[in-house]
This record gives sequence, C-alpha cells and structure tokens, in this order.
Amino acid sequence: MNDMAPDRENRAAGLKGMGCSRKRVEDVRFTQGKGNYVDDVKLPGMLHGDFVRSPYAHARVKNIDISKAMELDGVVAVLTAKDLEPLGLHWMPTLAGDKQMVLADGKVLFQGQEVAFVVARDRYVAADAVELVEVEYEELPVITNPFEALQSDVVLREDLEGQTEGAHGPRKHHNHIFTWEQGDEAATNEVMDNAEVVAEEEMYYHRTHPCPLETCGAVASMDKVNGKLTVWGTFQAPHVVRTVASLLSGIEEHNIRVISPDIGGGFGNKVGVYPGYVCSIVASIVTGVPVKWIEDRMENLMSTAFARDYWMKGRISATKDGKITGLHCHVTADHGGFDACADPTKFPAGFMNICTGSYDIPVAYLAVDGVYTNKAPGGVSYRCSFRVTEAVYFIERMIEVLAIELGMDAAELRRINFIRKDQFPYKAALGWEYDSGDYHTAWDKAMKAVDYDGLRKEQAERVEAFKRGETRSLMGIGLTFFTEIVGAGPVKNCDILGMGMFDSCEIRIHPTGSAIARLGTISQGQGHATTFAQILATETGIPADSITIEEGDTDTAPYGLGTYGSRSTPVAGAATALAGRKIRAKAQMIAAYLLEVHDDDVEFDVDRFVVKGAPERFKTMKEIAYAAYNQAIPGIEPGLEAVSYYDPPNMTYPFGAYVCVMDIDVDTGVPTIRRFYALDDCGTRINPMIIEGQVHGGLTEALAVALGQEIAYDDLGNVKTGTLMDFFLPTMVEVPNYETDHTVTPSPHHPIGAKGVGESPHVGGVPCFSNAIQDAFRPFGLRHTNMPHDHWRIWKTANDLGLHG
Amino acid sequence: MADKMHIKLKVNGADHEFLAEPRELLIYALRERLGITGPHVGCDTSHCGACTVTIDGKSVKSCTMFVAQANGADITTIEGLGSPDALHVLQEKFREHHGLQCGFCTPGMITRAVKLLEENPNPSEEEVRFGMAGNLCRCTGYQNIVKSILAAAAEMNTVKEAAE
Repeated sequence: MNDMAPDRENRAAGLKGMGCSRKRVEDVRFTQGKGNYVDDVKLPGMLHGDFVRSPYAHARVKNIDISKAMELDGVVAVLTAKDLEPLGLHWMPTLAGDKQMVLADGKVLFQGQEVAFVVARDRYVAADAVELVEVEYEELPVITNPFEALQSDVVLREDLEGQTEGAHGPRKHHNHIFTWEQGDEAATNEVMDNAEVVAEEEMYYHRTHPCPLETCGAVASMDKVNGKLTVWGTFQAPHVVRTVASLLSGIEEHNIRVISPDIGGGFGNKVGVYPGYVCSIVASIVTGVPVKWIEDRMENLMSTAFARDYWMKGRISATKDGKITGLHCHVTADHGGFDACADPTKFPAGFMNICTGSYDIPVAYLAVDGVYTNKAPGGVSYRCSFRVTEAVYFIERMIEVLAIELGMDAAELRRINFIRKDQFPYKAALGWEYDSGDYHTAWDKAMKAVDYDGLRKEQAERVEAFKRGETRSLMGIGLTFFTEIVGAGPVKNCDILGMGMFDSCEIRIHPTGSAIARLGTISQGQGHATTFAQILATETGIPADSITIEEGDTDTAPYGLGTYGSRSTPVAGAATALAGRKIRAKAQMIAAYLLEVHDDDVEFDVDRFVVKGAPERFKTMKEIAYAAYNQAIPGIEPGLEAVSYYDPPNMTYPFGAYVCVMDIDVDTGVPTIRRFYALDDCGTRINPMIIEGQVHGGLTEALAVALGQEIAYDDLGNVKTGTLMDFFLPTMVEVPNYETDHTVTPSPHHPIGAKGVGESPHVGGVPCFSNAIQDAFRPFGLRHTNMPHDHWRIWKTANDLGLHG
Repeated sequence: MADKMHIKLKVNGADHEFLAEPRELLIYALRERLGITGPHVGCDTSHCGACTVTIDGKSVKSCTMFVAQANGADITTIEGLGSPDALHVLQEKFREHHGLQCGFCTPGMITRAVKLLEENPNPSEEEVRFGMAGNLCRCTGYQNIVKSILAAAAEMNTVKEAAE
C-alpha cells in the first residue's frame, strides 16, 4: 500500500485546501433554485404580518383606530405600542446604546416608521388591513439637516428631554447624541498653525443603503406545548439575535432557536434588530401560530439601516515638499431619529479613527458629533468595517486636495507619505496598531501595471485637445490607496451589546474520515461552506470535499458574533484553523500509538502522519479517524472532535492600490469607465476565485455609491428614492470588466495569515471612482465636489466650471 | 373582493388547476400555491428580475403579471431547466465561472440567460450585457455572469456543430 501512495503534491492537490480556486459547494443548490431563503420557509397555519407605516417624518400620533381592520375577514390581530407596552417591548435597545420604538409610542420620527403591525391569513389580506387602520396624526416641524437640528428649538426625542448624558458622554443640545474624540487636538492645532502648507476641505458622504437583493424578513414560531420559540430570519448575527430575543422576551435562551437560512446578500443591512423581527415574534406568541414578516423593497429602503450620512470637515498640513505633518477631522453624523448604528459599543463612530489611512502622519485629531434628525435610523457598515468607507473616502480626498494645494502629482504625494514596510507593526496617531503592510511594493506594482506616466501624458494631451475644441470628452485618473481595519474583536475593546466579539468553530471528524464543522458566522454569499472547508483540509488533511460546513443554527453551531465587518476569515477563520490544529494534535498521538513510536517521532505530512526518517511508515487521517472511534487507546478518550473560540489579539489591516481610468462626456455628464485596476493585499489567500469574485462585487457596489446611489429626502422628510426606479443599482450595461491583481503580506498574528477581503474593494472603490471624476476636472480648477456623481451632477460640475461655453 | 377565477397552468411540464383572486400575482401563485420557490421577489417593481420565468417562450418578470393573465400558459422556472443528474449547461457554467454568490438573483438570471441564448446563440459580450440588463445582481459585479453565459454559448455551439 505504501508504494502506491501518490506523491506529496498530488495528495495536497486532492485535498482542495487553502490557495486553490475550489468551485463552490453552495452553487449546486443555488443554480437549481434550491436555496432556502427566509421567504421560502412555509409552516402549517402560518400567518402574515405587515406594517402600517407613518407617511409623515415627524408627527404626533393622536389615535389609532383598528376596528375596521379587525372586521376584515382573515385579520387575526393588529398590534400597536399599547399592546407591546405591558410586555416592555414597545421600545427596544439599539446596538448604539440608544433605544428605538418598535411601534410608534405617541409620535413618529421618520417617514416609514412602524406604527401598527397587522397579522392576517395571507399577505394580501394583511395589505388590505393595513389600508383599513386609521391613524390620526398631528404634523410636527421636520428637520432633515443635522446642522439645523443642532440649532433648532424643536425637540425630536422628547423621551430623552432633560438627559444631558448619553451612552457616549455629554449631550450638548436636545438633538445632540454624542461627541467622540480621538487623538491630540492641541498638538494637531499647533502643527496646523505652524505648517508650511495647510489644505482644507468640507465633504458630504451622502446617505445610501446596502440594498441586498433579498429584503429583510423573519418567520417566528412559538410552540406553546414545548415552550420553544424558533425564529428564521435574515440575520447576519444569529447568536446575538438569540441572546437579545431572550433578554427582551424573558424566554430562557435554551428555549429559543434562531436560524439564519440562506441569506440573499447582507452588506450590513442584516446586522441590526428591526421592529419586524420583534413584532413577528410577539405576534407568534400572542396567536400561538407561526407568523411571517417580509419587507417589500420600499420598506427596506425607507426604514431598515441606511449607511453613511457623514458631513466631514478636514484639514491636512504638510511641508512644502509634501511630507504630511498633521490631520484634523470633524464629522457631523446624521443618525436619524434613533441612534441605531451598528458599531461595537465603545465606538459610536465605528473605526472612523482609521482616517489617517495608509500614511505616516505624526499627529492627528478626530471628533465626531452624532445628531438626531427626522430620517430613518441606521448607520450600518455597508460593505465595510465600521465607518471605514467614510474614513478612507475622507483621507483619499484630503490627499487629492493637498496635492492640488501643493501643485504635486497625487501618486507621488501618496508614495512619499506611505508607512514604510520597516515601520510595521505601526502605531497610528489615532490609536490603531497596523499589523503588516508593504505599501510601496503594492503602489509601484499598480503604477507600473497601468503605465501611470503614460496615462498622465495622455490626459494632458486630451486637455489640450479639449481646449482646442477637438473633443468634448475629458479623461480622469482615479487613484486610491486604502488600508482597511477588519476582524473585530479583540474582546477587550470590541463588543456588541456587551457580548465580546470573538468567534468560533467546532469540528467533528466521523469514523470514516469525513467531517462536519460548525461556525458562529453566517455566509450571505461569501462562500463559507467552500472556503472554511479549505482551511480545514489544509490543517487536518481531510479533503475539503469530505467536510460539511454548517452555520446559522443556534441550536447546533457554537456561539459567535456573526458575519459583517470582514470578520469571518480574520476571526472565525482563525478559530477554524485552531480547531483543526487541535484535531491534528490528537491525531498525532493516535498515529504514534498505532505506529508504536513516541508522539514526537511522527510528523504531519499533508494527509497523514509519518514516522520521521521513515516515510514508508505512516497512518493516514482516514485510518486515524477510524482508530479514534474503534480502538481502545490507553490514555486517550475515544472520538475526534475539537472546538475553538478565538479572541483575536488585534484587527487585521488589508490594503490595496486601485486605479480607475474614465472618459467623461462634458455635455451629457456620462462617465465611461475605460479601465479599472484593483490590487488587493488580503494576506494569505484561501480561494483566489472567491477573492476575485468579492473584488468584482465590492467594486460594483462602490461604483453604485460613487456614481448615483443615494437615499434622498425632501424638506418634509419624504424619501425620494424608495424604489429601484430611483435608487441606483447598476445593471450589466453600466458595469465594466475589472482587472484584479494582488500582493501577499500575511497578517503576523493570524494563525494562517489571512486578513479578510470582502469589503476592501468597496472601501477602496468609492474614493477611486470619485477621484477619477474629480481628477478629470482638476485641470479646470475643480477642487472637490460631493458624491454621488450622477450624470446630472457631473454635467453641473462641468457647467459650473464654464465648460459649456 | 372579486370572485375567484379558475386558473390552469402548466409549470415545468406539470399541470395545475386552482381558483385564484384576479389580483393574485403570478410569482405568489408559483411560490406559495405551487411551492416553486426558485423564482424570488427582490423589488416588487419589475426592476430586479429575480422573479424571471419563461412563459410561452418569452422571458417574463412574474412579479408584474397576474396569475389570471397567465391562464393556460406553459411556464418554465429554474426548477424546470435541468435535473440534479443532468444540469443545464448554464447551471454548470455559472458554477464553473463563479457566476453567483448569495444565489438570490441566480434562478432569474439563469432562466433569462437560457432564453437569451435561444434568441441569440452566439452573442457578443455587449449583446449579453444588453440582453441581461433586466436582471440585477448585487454580489458579483456581473463580470463572471457574463463569462458564464459566453462560456455556455460556446459550449452549446460546439455541441450543436458536433451533432450536425
């Protein structure tokens, strides 16, 4: 048998472990229409819930008359705040230390706010009944601008009146939520005051929405016989949902089972807890039958979890030759009617303090003021770690503005300010310790790949041709170098509602050498079932094809904090590798026993343990697994299982260099993306095919945000972008082909060196697209213009610069 | 409430007969009456294409059609395109080229792609992008979807040529 052992390389390839582009196991069912999403869950006797929502952005709710709705055949119940109050569920805690109305308690604070919950036989009857609920409103003054809110006498949150202290310190005004400060203000101001060059800019990162193709929803089923509550839902963090549901409902946690089935995209939209989840649970408890709630698209865009809405004011100082000496940033953050930002507890502005970016900036200061307005609550991380898109947009725009101020090339300005390879681990001015990086290598590779100097030459020629009247098209070169901060914990400074942000993996090897592993995370399209099996294949020597990965069922999976902020690979991926190593450690003892040698005399070799110096003597993992269950081995208990809970010592810091080349029709404002080059360094690469797919997707969501996607309100607080007619999701026609590239700088503290990649392309993509637009107009005097750069706004920019003659 | 109508449909080769309100949308008839949950609802306004099915040889967004309008029709959904033992070429190519991530748009995407290649067996990349523009995907950035469809077209043409 030993003679027939295939060579080492073939054995390794047969495992389909880390580094190979393994095809996805999920796709077998998805391509056949056999996914199981929450709206596919159908239980006997199931009722449907639907919301009565406020048409007003700010109003007092004088009366709710449900009588006509209750008379409609098929209507089972209509819940209002009055019904929830005895249960203490008419308000719920938010992730940001605030509280939020589940159903309108006396007033409404944004258009689309949940006022009553109708429960009926089917979704049609529920929709009919929604129309029959009569709500008497008294309109109140509407504030949709945070600066106005801080000046206004109008008290938005009357429930907080007189409270001068919030969850994150003092409140300066009745519409103020918190001030969060990082860095050294005095030292920063001193540097600014004495600087050779200071560039200032104000920018608005508009409000947008993650808008996954599947909206949010839940099915709650209270089994009164057994006292068990089961909830299927669009949850990016099912275990946290279970704990919160237990704390809110008083049902013991072991009697609650939360299941995240297949999730049709998340992008941050499905991190928070929404009134629909609470109401479907209460409705099931009240009625004793299962209740389903599924948002429609308009409800999704109007009420669940917006992203961004940051008004950022920056100052950056430098020497005459471009060495950055300091950075000052102030943000006025529009949080809407409730502070429901999905951030770790101690970070009310997320990781906005990564805003020093990829640059060696000696001193910096950041202050963020959170403000209430009459807009929907949220503030989630739409395809980014907490507020990192905002931070990277800010610094990458400030760099461009500084380049203009200095009259310098923006690529060169970046290069001379990058944190050098020998400075890692690098302690940044705003507190973070960057784990590893090689920015110069990545940047130089990118510049060479796109022939940067050639592009600038072509651009200059185009400008001349434009001035001569030979073309009406301008060329923009967008540059971005980003550093992400992902993989929260560590537990010591990151928690969600008090729960430390570790993650977990539990692996069970079966007697015949196949396995099942369960994790505390949940895939929403990232391909966890494929990639986590690859990690385990490499770590344990069991083929990936023989490993089932399961997530999302709190009755079976180990506790974990879920999937968002690119934390699955950095945290759960590490737990997976370490669980695999525990398996291997036990397997080593079993192998040594079977081979009648000392533990130290065998070594792991791809899929087996071999006797050192005698490779013909070995035991495969398959043989070891069988022996683990079927042979009495002195001193070793039967079975082959392991569990690992991983608390990361630090975050990981993926980075990348992006270049976008655009042609812009000055007369129509239509940009054409000629080329997009994306170099990503996510450390060790687990599955290059999946990484590339993540990059394509993240860039496309970046294109959307930069070039048109926004949640816009009118002065009365009406949402103007409530359907996909108005809310821009790019089609195949608008989206280019992307060129992907990479460097590999492993994380020194991660067991396999991986850093996470899903959000990098979004974080780096938004400023890159925006910079391309702005760069095109730089020769004509443009310094900064706000996103989203839709055709109208681009045309307007051209017109304001006098380019229409 | 209007009187219920007597509806007959053929879906993926199987005959169905039931009574439905005239306002019932085809997508809900498929998903909730018949348990055919491959087609999904993504937008309710016929922008996203997740609900795409084939009706009497045409691609249709089933969230924008009443089941009464489909009375008597022959409908194919993702479930009718291939079987677990014999996948449709497009189903295979989407997997091979990583043309999907969360899978929510995939049934509509593949169902539309099948029709596209019937309408135009040898499309250019531009024609694929134009012909598929009614189907939105939030995950993939489309690049690998286009690749999957072009690869399927090439393979289908090779098979056809070999047969001729």
